[in-house]
Amino acid sequence: MERMIFDLAKTPLRALNQFLHHDAKTGSIEKVVVLNPDGAHNIAVGLDCPVEVEVRGHAGYYAGGMNKTGSVIIHGSAGTGVAENMMSGKVHVKGFASNGAGASAHGGLLVIDGDAGLRCGISLKGGDIVVGGSVGSFSAFMAQAGRMVICGDAGDALGDSLYEAVLYVRGKIKSLGADTRIEPMSEADLAAVADLLAQAGIEHAPNEFKRIASRRELYHWNADANQEY
Amino acid sequence: MCGIVGLLVKSPPLRERLGELMVPMLIGMTERGPDSAGLAVFTSPLPVSERKISVYSGLTEAGADFNWQGLGHDLKSHLGTTVTVNARGNHAILTTSLDPEVIKRWIKEHHSKLHLLSTGRSIDLYKDIGTPAEVAARYDFASLKGSHLVGHTRMATESAVTPDRAHPFTAGEDFCLVHNGSLSNPHGIRRMLEPHGITFETDNDTEAACRFLEWRLREGDDLEVALQKGFEALDGFYTFLMGTPDKLALIRDPFACKPAVVAETDDYVAIASEFRSLAHLPDIKNARVFEPAPEEMYVWNA
Repeated sequence: MERMIFDLAKTPLRALNQFLHHDAKTGSIEKVVVLNPDGAHNIAVGLDCPVEVEVRGHAGYYAGGMNKTGSVIIHGSAGTGVAENMMSGKVHVKGFASNGAGASAHGGLLVIDGDAGLRCGISLKGGDIVVGGSVGSFSAFMAQAGRMVICGDAGDALGDSLYEAVLYVRGKIKSLGADTRIEPMSEADLAAVADLLAQAGIEHAPNEFKRIASRRELYHWNADANQEY
Repeated sequence: MCGIVGLLVKSPPLRERLGELMVPMLIGMTERGPDSAGLAVFTSPLPVSERKISVYSGLTEAGADFNWQGLGHDLKSHLGTTVTVNARGNHAILTTSLDPEVIKRWIKEHHSKLHLLSTGRSIDLYKDIGTPAEVAARYDFASLKGSHLVGHTRMATESAVTPDRAHPFTAGEDFCLVHNGSLSNPHGIRRMLEPHGITFETDNDTEAACRFLEWRLREGDDLEVALQKGFEALDGFYTFLMGTPDKLALIRDPFACKPAVVAETDDYVAIASEFRSLAHLPDIKNARVFEPAPEEMYVWNA
């Protein structure tokens, strides 16, 4: 397998991203290794081919953002907005992720081995997120489609104003957001959790998870509600 | 947007390298704060009877050519006591065994454009407009020694770009605060504090937070209690980093709107808005790196 190494201590980030956006599409390189990321922003954003990017260290903001068919693995932590607006492919953070992880992702799989910060999966639009640790407050706010598997705890206002995304939480939920409720796990839910955990390489029993979904009471304007929700 | 940095060294030999380790941290936050920079460094304390006052002359007509030795002479002839003046360009550290309030009152009366930056037994403070690299070079930050420091790079949003509105802010003695964010109720805090005899030097929102917390400490709260009251009283977005002679403290607002990351090893605790500013630190690859949680207090002892 052909491999390219970009040492960001010596090479500008722009050279890396230009390579990934142009040369990598020819398919001659299957894997790109990024050394000394040192918290740089925008590492491997906008991937548009099935290349594998391995980041050895801590990434800054928006790592793997807008990913399409690529695969990004970060051996460290990720800053704000990792895999933001991902379309497909996979982003795997071996450490923790900061705020807004996987925000508005349309597809693909984001795996965070450690904790995720606040607003994880905010406005999720079809992507899947598996968090090995806990998530901060306001996670899955207004999430429209897709699934989140949270192996640890969830902070305040989980799934506030949720649409059709479904959340699975193994630990404690500090508080549920508006129009969100805990529902029984069906066979399909157990299978979905088992499948996502397997894809993430995290081992837990699916029946330890709770299902959280929308009450669907905020979907439509209710003229009789008298502004009491 | 702004950048904050903090560094606390645990081993005495590293105190000699405090400034040198910090300068790349400060410069690393240039994109977050290109218009002003500053820092407060905490050194070994002076004897109980002595105080040092950091003074800035950049707002005077003479600027960096201010006659500091003349100021020393005048203070001696008017107040009858020797004030040691350690000056460099537009900055000086006055050391005195007189009540510092007497010195500061005299300076305000006779040199109203001199800006008093800090007072205490341990704190030295520098802040000015310019890029972090320019400010660091202007005051030779790399040569600073001490146990811990609090630094800031500013991108002004809430008040004008002037040296006195740069961070850190101080209040009372040996206390400073830097802020990334914006407060929504600084005027309410000011109106609450002013009847207690607390006066403000700028219209900056961070000054309100700084004076609020120092007021709580002076009223007898310990740092943790004061910070708890800060969570209740201060509304808005903030990551605050504070320094006292023996502590560094960090808090973030409940929404964690402004970033912070911490790296800790056996030798140091380093705090920055982003990991970019920590990447150069020694042994960083083996440091415990974590993101401080919102509405939690993080206090490290020097």
